[in-house]
Amino acid sequence: MASMVFAIPRPVHPTGIWSWITTIDHKRIGILYGVTAFILFLSGGVEALLIRAQLALPDQNLVTPEVYNQLFTMHGTTMIFLAIMPLGAAFFNFVIPLQIGARDVAFPRLNAFSYWTFLAGAIILKSSWLLADAPNAGWFAYSPLTGIQANPTHGIDLWVVSLQVLGVASLAAAFNFIVTIVNLRAPGMSLMRMPIFVWMSLITAILLVLAFPVITVALFELSLDRVFGFNFFVVAAGANPVLWQHLFWVFGHPEVYILILPAMGIVSEILPTFSKKPLFGYPAVVLAGAIIAFMGWMVWSHHMFTVGLGPIANSVFAITTMAIAVPTGVKVLNWIATLWGGSISFRTPMLFALGFIAMFTIGGISGVMHAMAPSDAQQQDTYFIVAHIHYVLFGGAIFAIMAGIYYWFPKFSGKMYNESLGKLHFWIMTIGFNISFFPMHFAGMYGMPRRIYIYNEGMGWEIYNMLSTVGAFMMAFSFLIFIYNIVTNWRNGEDAPDDPWDARTLEWSISSPPPEYNFVNIPVVKTLDDWWNTKHEDSDHLPMPAAGGSEDAEEHHDIHLPQPSYWPIILSFGLMLLGFGFIYNFYVGGLGAAIAMIAVYAWSFEPVNDPEPENNNH
Amino acid sequence: MAHDVASATHGEHEPTTTGLNHRKMLMWAFLGSDCMFFGSLIATYLVYKNRSITGPMPIDVFDIPVTTVSTFVLLMSSMSMVIAYSMLTQNKMKAFRIWLGTTVILGSTFVGFQVFEFRTFANHEVKIDCAHMEDLTVLEQKVAEKCTPGVHHVEEVVPLTPRVNLFGTTFFTLTGFHGAHVTLGVIWLTSILLLSIFRPKMVTPERNLDLDLAALYWHFVDIVWIVIFTVVYLFGVFEGY
Amino acid sequence: MTIIPTYVILSPVVGDINSLESSSKVITKKLITLWVLGHRRLNKFKANFKFARTLFVVLSLLVVSVFSASCVGFGSSQSTFEVSGPVAQNQLNLFNIILVLGVIVFVIVEAALIYVIIKFRRKNDDDIPEQTHGNRTLEITWTIIPALILIIAAIPTVSGVFFAANPPLSADEGAIVVEATGHQWWFEFDYPQYGVHTANEIHIPVDTPVIINLRSDDVIHSFWVPKLAGKVDMIPGNKNHLWFQADEAGEYLGQCAEFCGVAHANMRFRVVAESMEDFTAWTEHQLSEPQEPIEPLASQGKSLFMGARGGCMACHQVRGTNAMGKIGPDLTHVASRTTLAAGITKNTQGNLKSWIRNPEKIKPGNLMSANAPIYQENSDELTEAEISALAAYLGTLK
Repeated sequence: MASMVFAIPRPVHPTGIWSWITTIDHKRIGILYGVTAFILFLSGGVEALLIRAQLALPDQNLVTPEVYNQLFTMHGTTMIFLAIMPLGAAFFNFVIPLQIGARDVAFPRLNAFSYWTFLAGAIILKSSWLLADAPNAGWFAYSPLTGIQANPTHGIDLWVVSLQVLGVASLAAAFNFIVTIVNLRAPGMSLMRMPIFVWMSLITAILLVLAFPVITVALFELSLDRVFGFNFFVVAAGANPVLWQHLFWVFGHPEVYILILPAMGIVSEILPTFSKKPLFGYPAVVLAGAIIAFMGWMVWSHHMFTVGLGPIANSVFAITTMAIAVPTGVKVLNWIATLWGGSISFRTPMLFALGFIAMFTIGGISGVMHAMAPSDAQQQDTYFIVAHIHYVLFGGAIFAIMAGIYYWFPKFSGKMYNESLGKLHFWIMTIGFNISFFPMHFAGMYGMPRRIYIYNEGMGWEIYNMLSTVGAFMMAFSFLIFIYNIVTNWRNGEDAPDDPWDARTLEWSISSPPPEYNFVNIPVVKTLDDWWNTKHEDSDHLPMPAAGGSEDAEEHHDIHLPQPSYWPIILSFGLMLLGFGFIYNFYVGGLGAAIAMIAVYAWSFEPVNDPEPENNNH
Repeated sequence: MAHDVASATHGEHEPTTTGLNHRKMLMWAFLGSDCMFFGSLIATYLVYKNRSITGPMPIDVFDIPVTTVSTFVLLMSSMSMVIAYSMLTQNKMKAFRIWLGTTVILGSTFVGFQVFEFRTFANHEVKIDCAHMEDLTVLEQKVAEKCTPGVHHVEEVVPLTPRVNLFGTTFFTLTGFHGAHVTLGVIWLTSILLLSIFRPKMVTPERNLDLDLAALYWHFVDIVWIVIFTVVYLFGVFEGY
Repeated sequence: MTIIPTYVILSPVVGDINSLESSSKVITKKLITLWVLGHRRLNKFKANFKFARTLFVVLSLLVVSVFSASCVGFGSSQSTFEVSGPVAQNQLNLFNIILVLGVIVFVIVEAALIYVIIKFRRKNDDDIPEQTHGNRTLEITWTIIPALILIIAAIPTVSGVFFAANPPLSADEGAIVVEATGHQWWFEFDYPQYGVHTANEIHIPVDTPVIINLRSDDVIHSFWVPKLAGKVDMIPGNKNHLWFQADEAGEYLGQCAEFCGVAHANMRFRVVAESMEDFTAWTEHQLSEPQEPIEPLASQGKSLFMGARGGCMACHQVRGTNAMGKIGPDLTHVASRTTLAAGITKNTQGNLKSWIRNPEKIKPGNLMSANAPIYQENSDELTEAEISALAAYLGTLK
């Protein structure tokens, strides 16, 4: 119908690169997110290694301060927006529909659109290196340093536009997962029977929906100032640069919970599996997650203790920030209680999950130190903060993501990774991580500010910087082991069974990898950890039908799957052109807008499934 | 046997866990994010209220009677939207198209008022009658300095644009984004109207969700305007706010 | 070692001495079984003990090395641990409180973690432990106790916030006031009470509260002297302040602590605390105007400075001369300062010449290299003779 109107037939590519380009299958989209984000993570890592090389010795000039400032800006922006968030999205995509017993997400084309738009945003940001004009004002880009006067070249514009595009991707994904989790659960799966990872993802998605628009507004305001001469951050017109900080951190603080809650969800899945015990205090962990998300809106000015907001504001935010340590601590204690009395196996996913607890605890403690505003007055803008953020974001989020990759590797690839290499990766990474970041606590307390490209001999910081650099290279090496392990085993590894870990949730009840339709029959859920109970209780629990994978299952059952589409990637492409065009060329921007408008219309006229059955690839 | 839940060939009839339609939930989630979007713009406006160093202030440019009319127009468009939806669900297609068309016209009128207002502000002229110089605003007083003996009238163009001062920046941004939202809504409703005329099979009582989603968006944009009208316009001209 | 207790336990079983012979075989068998079991248990205990001991040794080594590493930076000139004023002391005390609390939490959590992973290691793949779901009392307890600890920690926190915000004396009551303005990439200082105007180095009397009013001319900077007080930002359009007091005489290092652009790393300053007499003498000296240079090289330098060739007077001020530029640091008494170029090199003739010769090399991105005509490509570079002359002149500006 509309496809006739637009003379573009529906894609029918079961295999090959076009099948990936037009896919709307959540499992494939998850893999696309994961691989893309991991590559971008490596690029952020290279930026970090260059930073560490420059700081390894005092009085070095390996890079100019201009380049250095771009390096730390790009490193931070890359790691947060192009690595941790999309790696989280990779897990949301692959795991959530399987864990809730669904065939796909609520809006499969919107899902594909989220991925391609993320890629567009990543291209816009990373292209700044190629254009020799990378943003250079730090990942939180304080005004007026980002104003057109202080920063006349296009680097900041590329940063702004890429974040707007990434924001569209994140919001679309968040909407999708809220509707999916709320509306597509298998029969019998009440909210309190959902896997904990699904809960944390739901809370994260709600945070995204509410937090991202705030930075969208901040970015628009900055753009309007830079491009059209508005006065949002123009001091001469009476503006207050602190407005940027407020808007940014009202987004920015919930953002860090967006980064860590999925990670906590992953760890909360892995610990029970490898202790053969349920998550201790499931309702408390859910509630703690929700409370953290709620309280996360009341703490943002702890990033601004030195801004001169006044002692009353500083006191209030210090107290609310300390308060948030309570639900966080509750989670950690519930994890330890999960392990207690269990039968603990130290496979690689478990090592990383345990490492998460150990490292995140340290990061949490230094966080409480920052919460106490007077002591923060010495720590703010020093390496003490750098230590804290890396303990929670690397020791926390990245460790959990690594745990998740190893844990679900058999499920998404159908193969087993090499356990010895996995353990080797863990130990080298953990040791390297601590050698790199623990000394930063000291460098900070001994007075080393952050974001400085050079420091002089005799300041007493030399040993700490050298250790940090050595540790960084150790971490980099550990990732080589990881890449080797994953790549070789994805191709040639031993076949994975459906349930290699004797795990607890529904994704382990189907084949590895799952068939395109996920479940032969949508399961009926009776309890929390339904799959575990099916396996281990010989009560009145009905046996599951044979795990999916047989081809004849398709013939017997009326399984309708959503169909691939071109429009998501075309719309993303239009947005990318619009983004570049806004900065460099009005006509390119106009073309992008036109492509986007056409794609929106074509998409809305395209039915979810092609009415002509012979065009279905099922 | 359990239904396969993600099949969407039947559009709105697939069973969902809550019983609510996916797309409706999506629209509500989107409106939640749009609340935060407008909330941040309104917060920016309020933070910078009364902090402009120069230039026209709200009291100099706002024409409350005119804006009241445009507000009324927008409110009426929500009413016609409700009626249109009701006509659709009752299969009164002709009435539906008339009321949808009315909504489009009223919405476009509102946008027209906005454009008119923006242009008026950008060409704002201060006229002083030197014989009657009571109750002048700060800006008018400044212009009135030209009332030297022998001068009876002073006229000066003191435009309000986003570049002129904080009020211009925040006002145009906030109302501009709102106007853009209304415009997108008008395009959306017009599309449905045209579809109903040229492809009537795509706009039927069974497919009323499509209109329902547009109506939700339309009402949201109207509510945002009520907040803007109160906080920006009314609070701008009455003393003490 | 296990035989005696085993026998003691078994003696009630043995009981009747008459059936000793027939029971002796039984007993022997039982003893052997018990010995084997006991031995296994002992081995297990030894294994656990070895593991635990190894772990203990490793952890102790870790703690010791961490502790020693932590001391390496001791004596660092910007250390927040060796403080010299009440504000920094208050902030350090608070840090020490939370450090102790943090270490305790760390030890408890990490020890619990290590304990559970040792004790509950999987011994048998078929074991399914008890499926405990939770414990409400535990949840309540471990919510309330941390909350109480944090409430207690909040008290010195809030009092510290107010302590740092409110100077003990106001300007009228005897506090010294300094107006500090941040520029890219140097610090401008004014003393309204004395009329002193200088850059990149302030002098203060010991044991006297000093109120620093913080402004900025361009982007956000931050004023930080770690040994005296935590930092407060200098924000254009806003009025911030901080106060501190130096308890000991000495030279304290300060550094800009809010990223402010290309030369942020090279934006530093000095605070010199001295006796009240010395401070008063310093202020009087700073107010004086420099003498006309006598030495020919310096005199030459002055002509260069004031003339079109050097062009320095366009940006710099030297009071008592025609140089009244307000864009760069005031140089009236530049030779009296201990450092150059905003605290980054020692103030020697050699360094001064290096700076004049090629400022971009010393402080990449600085505005003098970017804007001063003499440093642009279309201009002839300063000759060595000119550089020496300028340095000589500036050297007379004591």
